[in-house]
Amino acid sequence: MKLREVKELLNADVIAGEEKLDMEVKTAFGADLMSDVLAFAKAGSMLLTGLTNTQVVRIANVLDIAAIIIVRGKKLPAETVELAKELHIPVLSTKFILFETAGRLYAQGIVGCLEKVEK
Amino acid sequence: MCAAENILEKHSFDIEGGNFSNAGTVSTKIKSILKQKNLPDDVVRRSAIVCYEAEINIVSYAKKGVISLTIRPNSVQIEADDEGPGIPNIELAMQQGYSTANQQIREMGFGAGMGLHNIKTYSDIFDISSEVDKGTFLKMTIHTQPAKD
Repeated sequence: MKLREVKELLNADVIAGEEKLDMEVKTAFGADLMSDVLAFAKAGSMLLTGLTNTQVVRIANVLDIAAIIIVRGKKLPAETVELAKELHIPVLSTKFILFETAGRLYAQGIVGCLEKVEK
Repeated sequence: MCAAENILEKHSFDIEGGNFSNAGTVSTKIKSILKQKNLPDDVVRRSAIVCYEAEINIVSYAKKGVISLTIRPNSVQIEADDEGPGIPNIELAMQQGYSTANQQIREMGFGAGMGLHNIKTYSDIFDISSEVDKGTFLKMTIHTQPAKD
C-alpha cells in the first residue's frame, strides 16, 4: 500500500514528508512504550503511536522506520515536526485511536512487523 | 593482532546528563557517519540502536558521559563511558523489565527495563563494567563482515 492510501484510509493530515507519499509500506508496529519500539519495531515499518516528543522521531531515524502515524489526534510540538522534516521522516496524524488505526490498516493488508514476541 | 593499528576512524561525543531535549542527537550523528561509509544497512541500524540506548541511559541516569565510535576494517565499536551512580547489580540490570527509571523518564516512553538487554541483543560482542558512585562503561562491537567459519 502507498503511504498516500494510508493517509486516505485514516483520514490523516500530513504533518511532514508530503514528498514521500508514494512510498510503499507493508508492515507496522504500534506502541506508546518507546522501550518496546526499540526492541521490536523493524526497519521499513510504520510506527503507530500516541507519543509526540522528539524522541519518537529520533527512534524512527535510528530504526529506519518508514513513517510515523500519530494516533488519537495528538498535537505535535513544533520541535518534533521540525526534527521530522530535518531527518526526512514522514509523519501523518489521524484522529482514530490506536486500535482503530491498526484495524483499518490490517483490513487492507498491512501486517505486524512481527507476529509475536518469542522469549 | 593489535587492534589500535587498524583504526580507520574515531569520533568522540560528550553527553550531558539530564538534558532530554538533546538526547538522541549523538546517535543521529553517528548513524549519519556510518551511512556515509557504505556499510550494510543492518550494521548501520544495529550500531544506531545500541548507541541510542546507551545515550538515553547516560541522559537518564548519569551526570555526564562520552560516547565514542571506532571504525575498523571489520567492525564498528561503540563505547559509552559515564560518570554517574553506577550499577550495583549488573545481572539484575540486564534482566528484561528491571528498571530504576523515574517518572520523567517513564512519561517519555522509556524505563521499561529493556535497554541493556536490547543492547546485548543487537551487539555481536557486549562488555559492561560498572562501579557504584563512579560510573558505567559499555563496549559494543558489531561485525561489518560475516564471521569466517
